[in-house]
Amino acid sequence: MFKVESLSSRIGKIQILHSLDFHVDKGEIVSIIGANGAGKSTLLNTLAGIYTPVEGKVTLQDDLISGLPAHKIVGKGLCLVPEGRQIFPGHTVKENLTLGIYSKYYKDRKHVEENLERMLELFPGLKKHYHRIGGNLSGGEQQMLAIGRALMSDPKIILLDEPSMGLAPKIVNEILEILVRIKEEMGTMVILVEQNVKAALKVADRAYVMDQGKFIMNGTNEEISSNPEVKSAYLGIKVG
Amino acid sequence: MDLFLQYLITGLTVGSIYALLAVGFVTIYNVTGVLNLAQGEFAMIGALSCVTLVNLGIPIFGAIPLAILITAIIGLAVERLAINPARKATPIVLVVITLGVSIFLKGMGLIIWGTSPKSLPPLVESKSIEFMGAVVNSQSLWILVVLIAHLVVLYWFFEKTFLGSALRASEKNPRAASLMGINTSTMSMIAFTIAAGLGAIAGVMIAPLTDATYEMGFFIGIKGFVAMIFGGMHSIPGAVAGGLLLGVIEAFSGGYISTYYSDALAFGFLLLVLFFRPQGLFTKATGERV
Ligand SMILES: Nc1ncnc2c1ncn2[C@@H]1O[C@H](COP(=O)(O)OP(=O)(O)OP(=O)(O)O)[C@@H](O)[C@H]1O
Ligand SMILES: [Mg+2]
Repeated sequence: MFKVESLSSRIGKIQILHSLDFHVDKGEIVSIIGANGAGKSTLLNTLAGIYTPVEGKVTLQDDLISGLPAHKIVGKGLCLVPEGRQIFPGHTVKENLTLGIYSKYYKDRKHVEENLERMLELFPGLKKHYHRIGGNLSGGEQQMLAIGRALMSDPKIILLDEPSMGLAPKIVNEILEILVRIKEEMGTMVILVEQNVKAALKVADRAYVMDQGKFIMNGTNEEISSNPEVKSAYLGIKVG
Repeated sequence: MDLFLQYLITGLTVGSIYALLAVGFVTIYNVTGVLNLAQGEFAMIGALSCVTLVNLGIPIFGAIPLAILITAIIGLAVERLAINPARKATPIVLVVITLGVSIFLKGMGLIIWGTSPKSLPPLVESKSIEFMGAVVNSQSLWILVVLIAHLVVLYWFFEKTFLGSALRASEKNPRAASLMGINTSTMSMIAFTIAAGLGAIAGVMIAPLTDATYEMGFFIGIKGFVAMIFGGMHSIPGAVAGGLLLGVIEAFSGGYISTYYSDALAFGFLLLVLFFRPQGLFTKATGERV
């Protein structure tokens, strides 16, 4: 289980996150939704160790991970697929994927090969580009690569920051299906941050609604999607 | 034609020395975001410590790797003692720190080696070789071969090894690299060590051609810096091409016009590049590495 307790974070001198509490259970996809500037990316970056929390506790299967630098948190089993994908454009697809398992590369080469094979099975579209540089892939392929690269490290929990950004609905569906697959096949926990609320609620088990650095609502998928406020503010449905 | 070839070989020899410095600049600049003004000092330390080792009776082919090793360790120490503690400082503060390091190293050079110019004995017996009608010094031909070998090894390291791949990733996007589990502080340390080693090779190679003094770091550093700008600051192949180009420009302007003007012409060319192609001569318009 993944647990966050009274987490606060600031960028520079401005406090962005205000005492957040939430959790993800094993085998769960939890979605975090909210308007632009609500603090979703700040939350994910804080969990991944890019920003150090000013207060609060983050535990992953009873292992305290808050306060660790980003490169150590990966080793604890938390991996972030950052906003805007951020693949390495001059590296080949294979090199990008291999960097995802950086800390184990020198220790267990066989494991690296196995994971590479598994990623090609999970993302067959990457196969024909395997030795081409990542910068020439389409947006959808780059997103697949970014997710594959994160999965290379065998994370217990994977965090995705707006994976649907700029992608066609068909590709978005493919990505959502893969998230469900990794949850079911590998028992990986998933935190999915999305502006595309409809898409997120399709696959999430539970959701949190964020506004100005606080959670203003949370509940199961059905509870959130039938909530009148969510309907009008995030799903664009007029509530009469 | 024979003169042309002669100038070309001279230009490529000096140019490959600049290229090594430029690769050092680019590696540090991209991994750490720091413009390392002490880069030329690494060449000075490499050259002068090699002279000292030779004077101690160590054969030249043992002295060269030792001098490179010593300089690389100094590069590592500079990173750990001066750069790493100030990692969170703004880029301008870090540049000022490297300026301080440069002055410090130059001062140490003055104390240890004094003001008189020193020279390395020739690496091989110096004789003139006729090569397609051009008369070339065997010495400079030999240096050219050594430098090309180093550039090939560098290419192999950055493009074909996993550590090189991780360094390039940290150059491109340090934040994303840290999300892969790459410790960017370790990468910064490796970058300084490599850059210092490359600087030392450049210094050791230039010492038999001109004399080595405690002050040599400044001028040779500037040449490496110009070569890096020719290459667009972000690309290792660009830095190599930039260094070779600068060497060739100098050799031809020195040969056909006058050595008095070769520096001026090189810097004039730099200004043209900065005006018309600030992204570098060899990068595509997208800024992607070539
Ligand atoms: N580097 C920064 N410096 C200062 N303020 C920042 C920085 N990054 C984000 N902020 C501020 O923090 C707040 C939260 O930003 P954040 O990026 O976390 O929002 P978000 O919910 O991810 O938005 P979006 O949906 O647009 O990605 C915003 O008010 C933003 O202006
Ligand atoms: Mg965001």
